[in-house]
Amino acid sequence: MSSMNAELSVNKQASPVPVKSSLWKLSVRRLLKNKLAISGLIVVVFMFALCFIGPLFSPYTDNKIHMAMMNKAPSLKHWLGTDALGRDVLTRLMQAGRISLTVGLASMLLSLFIGLLLGAIAGYYRGIVDQVIMRVADLLLTIPGLPLLFIFGALLSEWKVPTDYRMYMVMLMLSMINWPGLARMVRGQMLSLREREFMQAAVVLGLRDRRKLFNHLLPNLVPLLIVIATLNIGGAILSESVLSFFGLGVMPPTATWGNMIDAANNMIDFQERPWLWVPPGLSIFATVIAINLFGDGLRDVLDPKQKR
Amino acid sequence: MGDLLAIENLKTYFDTEEGTVKAVDGVSLRVKQGQTVCIVGESGCGKSITAMSVMGLVEGPAGKVVGGRIEFDGQDLLPLSRHELRTIRGNDIAMIFQEPMSSLNPVLTIGEQMTEPLIEHLKMSRKAARARAIELIGQVGISRAEQIADSYPHELSGGMLQRIMIAIAISCGPKLLIADEPTTALDVTIQAQILDLLRQFKAESNMSILLITHDLGVVAEMADYVIVMYAGKVVEEGEVVELFANPKHPYTQGLLKSKPVINQRQNELYSIPGQVPNPLELTESCYFHDRCAHCMDICRTREPRLKNVTDESKVACWLYEEAVVHG
Repeated sequence: MSSMNAELSVNKQASPVPVKSSLWKLSVRRLLKNKLAISGLIVVVFMFALCFIGPLFSPYTDNKIHMAMMNKAPSLKHWLGTDALGRDVLTRLMQAGRISLTVGLASMLLSLFIGLLLGAIAGYYRGIVDQVIMRVADLLLTIPGLPLLFIFGALLSEWKVPTDYRMYMVMLMLSMINWPGLARMVRGQMLSLREREFMQAAVVLGLRDRRKLFNHLLPNLVPLLIVIATLNIGGAILSESVLSFFGLGVMPPTATWGNMIDAANNMIDFQERPWLWVPPGLSIFATVIAINLFGDGLRDVLDPKQKR
Repeated sequence: MGDLLAIENLKTYFDTEEGTVKAVDGVSLRVKQGQTVCIVGESGCGKSITAMSVMGLVEGPAGKVVGGRIEFDGQDLLPLSRHELRTIRGNDIAMIFQEPMSSLNPVLTIGEQMTEPLIEHLKMSRKAARARAIELIGQVGISRAEQIADSYPHELSGGMLQRIMIAIAISCGPKLLIADEPTTALDVTIQAQILDLLRQFKAESNMSILLITHDLGVVAEMADYVIVMYAGKVVEEGEVVELFANPKHPYTQGLLKSKPVINQRQNELYSIPGQVPNPLELTESCYFHDRCAHCMDICRTREPRLKNVTDESKVACWLYEEAVVHG
């Protein structure tokens, strides 16, 4: 029996070894089979293309007020009509999308960076460092996110932060409430990974902490991070919209999907001019749903353990 | 020849909720340059913990080296800082583990993992390190070295992975190689190949090997000097030929008896009666007394010391203390 085993492994040695990218290829193939995730991806790509390339073809990008064109219903000239100041709604929708998507992406990146760094340090070094970082994270987690954002937003208005900067402040705020959850997850993974045998082997090899953290532990987190990051963009877009809707986020004249829906607050606009608030609402809805579908698909592909 | 590794009265304890477990309790051993020393014993006798103590792997709130000295090449390892220890680990002392499958990082290629210690300790450039890694893969008897360097651990068999582990371990030219049950997870023919490989590298570089195993076949094949451990203590040690020919301690005798003999089919293989004692309930005694056929009164109340019986062997057993037996 054992001699047969030996023969088998000798044969294995001779058989062609799969190429390096096989892991990724396999994942991509699995993802392509997931129709929901792929349709999500298509919608996301479409939204990005629409918002970043679309305005280049629009004759109305100047955002000028046209008294003659106020509140016109959709027509061939203005596909989605015009708003109370005579501006083209479609153009504004695309420009707003730029801001909303950028805020979503940027705040995700920032919270990912903070959460990853702090979570990794806490999980790897444990002890006092861990305690300090995690208690701060707990503190932020105990306060519900939305009220906290409202307070921040109100403060921004109170301090009269220039409207141009508000977009960046909103990004910062969103990352501030998003990083603790991320840090927790990274820390948990770190705690379990650092006890694995290959980490002991890395210690025995006399590798530096930096090398152990970034070359050995981080690559093991990548699948998890991709999934969290994707799902996080959706959440950030939603939060930004909520804030802007309440007039606490990005301020007009800079358009975001959130402050465009603000039109629905006006009774007449709500009843008579649905072209003002339905398109941005649908955009948020479609984008967030699509991102979540894609993120879920990614999770199934990259983290088979979580499969039901 | 001087001692490359000298462990004096090493004590590694673990604090548990029920009390202190003396996993390694006063172990002393020496490894000379170019020598292969085997530590033998049942599971849980403290042989792996001894090795981990040498590597500074016993850490965290629970486990601690509470006493003794570990001298490597004339330098005491225990008081060293993490940084100083790091320059020794992987460079002067290398270690290979029992499970090759889980000892390599699953998301990094073999090549990436092989080049790391080379870059770290020998300050090689990435390119030179890769070339050296490929050379090493060839040296441990794996063909298609280039392809192997670009593959992931899950794409290789256990035997190949253990060869890779050996290649990594010897890559920086260590003076001492600690092998913690390197063949336990492998099937028998691969075992022989791995042991051959270890012997070959030992002969080429005059490195010493501290081999930890429970397999007496491996001991007979590899060892120059054997240390038998039981419940955290050394019960017998000696030159391999002497120990196999004249085992002194009843435990060693039992171990040797429980080894199957080829061409002799027995109805039942001998096994030492009883269980390893619970390390929490040990009191002053010979820890082997309740499993021992020669148990005397003194064995239950006093602990025998490790003493020279012949020039080449030491044993800790009251049977060999003349004064007690006859007096």
